[in-house]
Amino acid sequence: MHKKTDCSYLPLGNCYVPGSEVGGQWMETTKKEVVTPTYNGWSDLKKNIRRNWQIYIFLIPALLYFTIFHYIPMYGVQIAFKNFIATDGIWGSPLIGFDHFTRFFDSYYFWRLLKNTLILSGYSLLLFPLPIILALSLHEVKNKYFKKWAQTLTYAPHFISVVVVVGMIVIFLDPSTGLINRIIVAMGGEPIAFLTSPSWFSHIFTWSGVWQTLGWGSIIYLAALAGVNPELHEAAKVDGATRFQRIIHINIPSILPTIIVLFILNIGSFMSVGFEKVLLMQNDLNASSSDVIQTFVYQTGLLEGQYSFAAAIGLFDSAINIALLIVFNYVARKTSDNSLW
Amino acid sequence: MSKSGMSDKTFEILNNTFLTIILIIVVYPLIFVLSASISDPQAVSSGKMWLWPVDITFKGYEKVFADSSIWRGYGNTILYTIVGTAVHLFVLLPCAYALSRKELKGKKIILWFILFTMLFNGGLIPTYLVVKSLGMLDTMWAIVIPGVVGAWSILVARAFFQQSIPDQLVEASKIDGASDFYIFMRIVLPLSIPIIAVMALFHAVNLWNQYFNALIYLSDRDMYPLQLILREILVVNQMQLNDPSGGGAESLVEQVKTAGLIKYSVIIVSSLPLLIVYPFIQRFFVQGVLIGSIKE
Repeated sequence: MHKKTDCSYLPLGNCYVPGSEVGGQWMETTKKEVVTPTYNGWSDLKKNIRRNWQIYIFLIPALLYFTIFHYIPMYGVQIAFKNFIATDGIWGSPLIGFDHFTRFFDSYYFWRLLKNTLILSGYSLLLFPLPIILALSLHEVKNKYFKKWAQTLTYAPHFISVVVVVGMIVIFLDPSTGLINRIIVAMGGEPIAFLTSPSWFSHIFTWSGVWQTLGWGSIIYLAALAGVNPELHEAAKVDGATRFQRIIHINIPSILPTIIVLFILNIGSFMSVGFEKVLLMQNDLNASSSDVIQTFVYQTGLLEGQYSFAAAIGLFDSAINIALLIVFNYVARKTSDNSLW
Repeated sequence: MSKSGMSDKTFEILNNTFLTIILIIVVYPLIFVLSASISDPQAVSSGKMWLWPVDITFKGYEKVFADSSIWRGYGNTILYTIVGTAVHLFVLLPCAYALSRKELKGKKIILWFILFTMLFNGGLIPTYLVVKSLGMLDTMWAIVIPGVVGAWSILVARAFFQQSIPDQLVEASKIDGASDFYIFMRIVLPLSIPIIAVMALFHAVNLWNQYFNALIYLSDRDMYPLQLILREILVVNQMQLNDPSGGGAESLVEQVKTAGLIKYSVIIVSSLPLLIVYPFIQRFFVQGVLIGSIKE
């Protein structure tokens, strides 16, 4: 069950191999006999390119794209250490070292931004088990049609744009006309200005996120559950285990590798907190809890034009992300044999 | 009979109840919006309308369809989605195929070059500066090109090619004198319809629903995709729908009421195409998620 797969060249791919029965017709393949010709040195490489040049041409559009839109920005990130002046270019702008970073760390909003970012990410991470619970529950449904309908319906929010989701939140939580507040008033309460109160922001943000991703997030666990060895269940039944006991002692341990890998992947985007949604939900009144690092980068960089300062903050953000990813991957590898690389 | 814990029968009842509650929570907001979009605004705000439409009116839809900016946004989104998806496939498929061929040398280096972008990127500002310096601001290309392909898609498509295109087939065609271009176009692509569909659908849905690239790269309102128009109507509340009937005739109260109605209608108009289509092509999406999670 707990297969250790070779993932050496895969920094971020999921390495769990559930079973050949999941994933449709094209997964089932037989091992091919692959005879790899061996090449030595430059002359062989040249010969190879001359013979198969068209294959190399195929790579060009993608390599150009990654170079221009990923590697040039990585080179451009040096403006974080410079005072970027558009007319002097990235290379010609004067170097000022860590000034932007110290200015950021010393600013009064630094701790606020960090706190808000950590709260929103941590909260979402706390709810990480929900799609797993949904998958475990769906897996137990015996009625085929109910199961199919339940799956299809829970996927629906995945196809609704973040703008519309936030629009719906605004409509439903409106202090005077929103459904939620009308229910509160009908039950004798006072209407709550959800969207303009800082204390509600993280709850609204996170739980609406659960609504958006719950069903879609369960797909992968359902597939893993389909790969659980049925003999384990048969044996447990003979021993008199109830269905609930079998879920706890067979299903969950069986899909644990998938859970761990997806958890690490989640960590990998810890600091980015779905900021496109935060940006839409943000207003002056809830800013004290909705200002996150990424929205701040957008504001200072693109709205105020402080390119260097914003690039420095963005770099700080991705540095934390990478550090978290490496640490959690290391821990996972040491403790469970399941890791990304 | 079970010895301890809850019995299987109880478990089954609890489980089905749990799922039913989840389904209601997921679906209810959608039904509410749909019903509200064709109900009298009075009935909606008074709470008379809570599930099915009350006093049916199509005034919201009339307003939405009479608005030129929504039509233009729709047209722009369709254009960006079609062009973007085409470019996506053009960049993705040849690269993934090449990486699946054993003749290719330096595969490891190229894979690392691509996969490293998942781990680290320059960030918002340096990327913006690149797009700006290429003169892409306020053009369709700013929407289409940045993010045209991700490392993940390349891995997935490559895994597909490795598993479903037999080496013997390619080699036999080569012996017959076919070029790699010919093999790719005439043999590989026709055999790869499933993966092409999956990749195109994933990318098209993303393009249809994204707003942020348009927000930062486009300033010309005539080029706005639907999602930016929606943002104005639903979130920023700068609604200025042109009133074709000549305006001024309606009282302010009336206008506020229809404003609510328009919000519901515009949500339906923008989301319904995807919500109607996805159940039929759901299996492609599900396969996409699964194949992405499986390493060969």
